[in-house]
Amino acid sequence: MKLTKEQEAILNGEKGETLAKVMKTLVMYGDAFEAEKLVPITSKYNHLVTSFGLKVMSPVYDLMQQILDAGVSSEQKFSVDPRPLDKNVPANFLQNFVFNKLMYTKQDFYEKQLVELGLMDKDAFTCTCYMDEVENKPKKDDVLSWAESSAVVYANSVLGARCNRNSGIIDIMGSIVGYVPYFGLLTDEGRKATWVVRIETTKKPEAQLLGSAIGMKVMEDVPYVKGLDKWIGNELNDSACAYLKDFGAATASNGAVGLYHIENLTPEAVELKESLICEGAKEYVIDDAELERVKNNYPVVWKNPDAKPKLCFIGCPHLSLEQLKTWTKNIEKALSENSNKKVLIPTVFTAAPKVLEAFNKTEYSERLKNTGVITSYICPLMYMNNPLCKKMPVITSSNKLRTYTSARYYTDSEILDIITTGGK
Amino acid sequence: MKQFKGRVIAPGNVTAEAVVTKQGFNTLASLQMALQFNDKQVKCGDQNNNELSGKPLINKALCLPQTIGSTTGGLVLYCACAMERNPACMLFSNHIDSLAAAGAILADVWVENVSMPVIDCLGDEFLEYVKDGMKITVKDDGVVEVE
Repeated sequence: MKLTKEQEAILNGEKGETLAKVMKTLVMYGDAFEAEKLVPITSKYNHLVTSFGLKVMSPVYDLMQQILDAGVSSEQKFSVDPRPLDKNVPANFLQNFVFNKLMYTKQDFYEKQLVELGLMDKDAFTCTCYMDEVENKPKKDDVLSWAESSAVVYANSVLGARCNRNSGIIDIMGSIVGYVPYFGLLTDEGRKATWVVRIETTKKPEAQLLGSAIGMKVMEDVPYVKGLDKWIGNELNDSACAYLKDFGAATASNGAVGLYHIENLTPEAVELKESLICEGAKEYVIDDAELERVKNNYPVVWKNPDAKPKLCFIGCPHLSLEQLKTWTKNIEKALSENSNKKVLIPTVFTAAPKVLEAFNKTEYSERLKNTGVITSYICPLMYMNNPLCKKMPVITSSNKLRTYTSARYYTDSEILDIITTGGK
Repeated sequence: MKQFKGRVIAPGNVTAEAVVTKQGFNTLASLQMALQFNDKQVKCGDQNNNELSGKPLINKALCLPQTIGSTTGGLVLYCACAMERNPACMLFSNHIDSLAAAGAILADVWVENVSMPVIDCLGDEFLEYVKDGMKITVKDDGVVEVE
C-alpha cells in the first residue's frame, strides 16, 4: 500500500507506539484486500458496533483503554449500537441476576470509555443512527468507517455513502487516524452488481424474508434487484426506507451483503441503471414458492415447538417513527376485531432513544401504551444472548434476531395475529 | 495426502484436525455463547449451520469459504484469540472477507503470543477435498497439507 509521508510517519512510530499499532492494523487490513492507498473519512460522525459491556469482551475494553491512555482517541464523534439492558423489558429475578451480575458487569465501565472516546451524546445508542431524529445520517459519496452490518448496508444502499463491512474495533481505528483503506465498497468497481435478482411474487414480499433469501444466496456479493419497485414504489419515502432498512438487515445477517441496488429506487440504481450490473452476473428468481421454501427451512429450536410465546420483540433493527405509528394503528385495529383490549403476549417495540422521544410527543404514544405494548431502546439480540432466553419461547418478525438467537420468526401479519389473539 | 497453496493473512505453522463448513461461517452466532459461558470446547452455537452446530472448534483447523453475519464478527474472533479459545487455524477457500480479516489482524497486532495461522484463496477444490477429521498441516508459506 502506498502511504503518504504523514501516514508513513505514524506507522513508523513517530507519533507513539499505540498510534503506530493502530496504523499497522489498518495497513494490514488494507493489504488483505490489495488496497492501494488510504483515503480520508469524510462523514461528520462515525458509528460503532460495540455497545455492550460484556465481561467476556474484556480484551476489547483493554484495547480501548490502551487507546485512551495513549491519548490518541479521535476527534470524530460517534453513535453506537443499542444498550443491552432496560428495566422496562420484562425479565424475571434469575434473568436480572444473570444480566447484571454475570454478563453485563462491564457496562458502566465501557460506557464511561465510550464517552471519553467521543460518544455523540448520552442517547446515541441505536443501530439505526441514520434516522433523522438521531442525526447521524451521512451524505451520498461520504466515506465512512462504520461498523454494524445493518447500518453499513443501509448507508451504502439507501444513502449512497461508501463504507466497507468493517468489524468492531476497526471502525474506531479508522476514525483515530482519519483514514480507511480504499477497497471493496469504497470503489466504483466494488459497487457493481454480480447478481441480478428478479422479484416475481404475486404480493409485496415480506422485507425480512426477502432479505434473508437474497443474503443466503448471494452471500457478500452485490445484488441488483429488479421488480421490487412494483411493490414499494420508486420514491425513497418513510415507508420505502423502513422496508429497505429491514430488508437490508436481513441480507447482512443471513448473508454478508454490504450493498444492494433496487431498480428505479436506490440512488445509484436510479443514476447508473443497468450499467451497474457486471457482465456475466448470476441470476436469482424469487417467487412466492421460493419465499415459502426459505421460511420453511428455518430451524425451530424451541424445546417445545408448540409452546405459547412468552415474549415478542419487534424492532431489530430499531423501528422508525413511522413504523411505530403504523404498528400502533394495526394493533388497535386487530385488538378491536378480536374483541381484546390489550396484547395477549408481552410485546416489546424497540427504537432509538431519540425516535422514542419523538414518538412520545405524538398521540400514538398513549394509544400504544393502552394496547399493553412496551417500548424500549435496548438491543433485543443482547437481551436474548444467554442460555436462559434460549429456553424461552420468544417470537419476532426480525430475521436478524432469528439468526442469532432462539427467537422464532413470523411475518409481520402473523405476529400481529399472534399478539392480538394469543396465538389461538 | 494432497497439498494446496493459499495466501498468508496471518503466518504460522500448525497441525490440527479439520472441521469443515461449506456455508458461510457466522462468527457471532457460532462463538458468542461458547465464549460468554466459558465452554472450554468452544462448541459451535450456530443453529443455522448444520455442518458445524454443536461441534467443538477449539484447536481445530476450521475450513470454510468465508465468514458472514454481524460486524461484531471480527472482535469476537479477536476476543477468542485473546482468551485462547480460538481455532488452531482458519483456512478459507475464497478470498478472506473483511470481518475475518479484521479479527485475524487484530489478534496478530494486539495480542501477544497468539498463533492462529490464517490462509485464504485455497480454492473450491480445497473445500471439496477436505473432510471433518482429516489431518491438516499449515506451513508458514501458505502451503496446506491435507491427509
